[in-house]
Amino acid sequence: MGFEKFLFYVLAATVIAAAGMVVTRRNPVHAVLFLVVAFVASAMLWILMDAEFLAISLVLVYVGAVLVLFLFVIMMLDVDIATLKAQFIRHLPLALVVGVIMLIEIFMVVGPGNFGGESFPTPAHHGADYSNTRELGLLLYSVYIYPFEIAAVILLVAIVAAIRLTLRHRPDTKYIDPARQVSVRKGPDRVQIVRMPPEPRRVPPTTPQTVSAQGEEDAS
Amino acid sequence: MIELSDYLMLGGILFSISVAGIFINRKNLIVLLMCIELMLLAVNMNFVAFSYFLGDMSGQVFVFFILTVAAAEAAIGLAILVVLFRNRRTIDVEDLDALKG
Repeated sequence: MGFEKFLFYVLAATVIAAAGMVVTRRNPVHAVLFLVVAFVASAMLWILMDAEFLAISLVLVYVGAVLVLFLFVIMMLDVDIATLKAQFIRHLPLALVVGVIMLIEIFMVVGPGNFGGESFPTPAHHGADYSNTRELGLLLYSVYIYPFEIAAVILLVAIVAAIRLTLRHRPDTKYIDPARQVSVRKGPDRVQIVRMPPEPRRVPPTTPQTVSAQGEEDAS
Repeated sequence: MIELSDYLMLGGILFSISVAGIFINRKNLIVLLMCIELMLLAVNMNFVAFSYFLGDMSGQVFVFFILTVAAAEAAIGLAILVVLFRNRRTIDVEDLDALKG
């Protein structure tokens, strides 16, 4: 049990140090990398609390998808870091005051007096035959099936919204529009029929080239 | 023994750091989004802790939903950020005053 406590303190210190580095680094790439450290350490903390599926999904979803998305956006934006460094100190006293006040208030509520070991005893860990994924799936697909489907719709909305927001039409790019190709009608769009009176045939064919084929078709 | 208040205080420290980070990083909208992700992580920590100490799996289901919504929020937020940078050439919060709020 002592080793578990030691592990908790190491991981908690890692999470807090990484979070502090995230909010104080000026380079956003460094901030994202420290955020990766914070997420991985808190995934380990969740494994200490028997939430294996959520820990793995935190690593896969957050570190694997969301933070990589952050990295891509940072690399695409080409932000000038030097201008971001200015006025960093100006908001620091306000941030410290707000943070410390909020921290004191949270500690007064969730401290060991209210949520300590005597009112919430630490439960024993589950055995080796316990499957966190199975229990979560049973609950998710029976009780919470409608919220689960709503979550799927939210992801779909996010996909559509993100694509629509970043879609950019470039007018200088040449491309084929198949809808316009298909919707061409036979009459005025593709073939132009010119009505003209029949002419007597001359021995040397000196008719103008533009109306020769259409004139014969119209006369027949 | 690791007590419930240990996890809750860790979540509180994490939440306070990210609130302070929102006040500090007024020049960079990307770091603001990262601070929101840290806040959600702190909330998720509380959910998992209560789920473990109360023996109720519903807390982990809510963490699942929060992860889903946070992923959607990050995707849409970053898309808005890209459009904003394309139009204004800046991601400074102080410069985004088109609505005169």
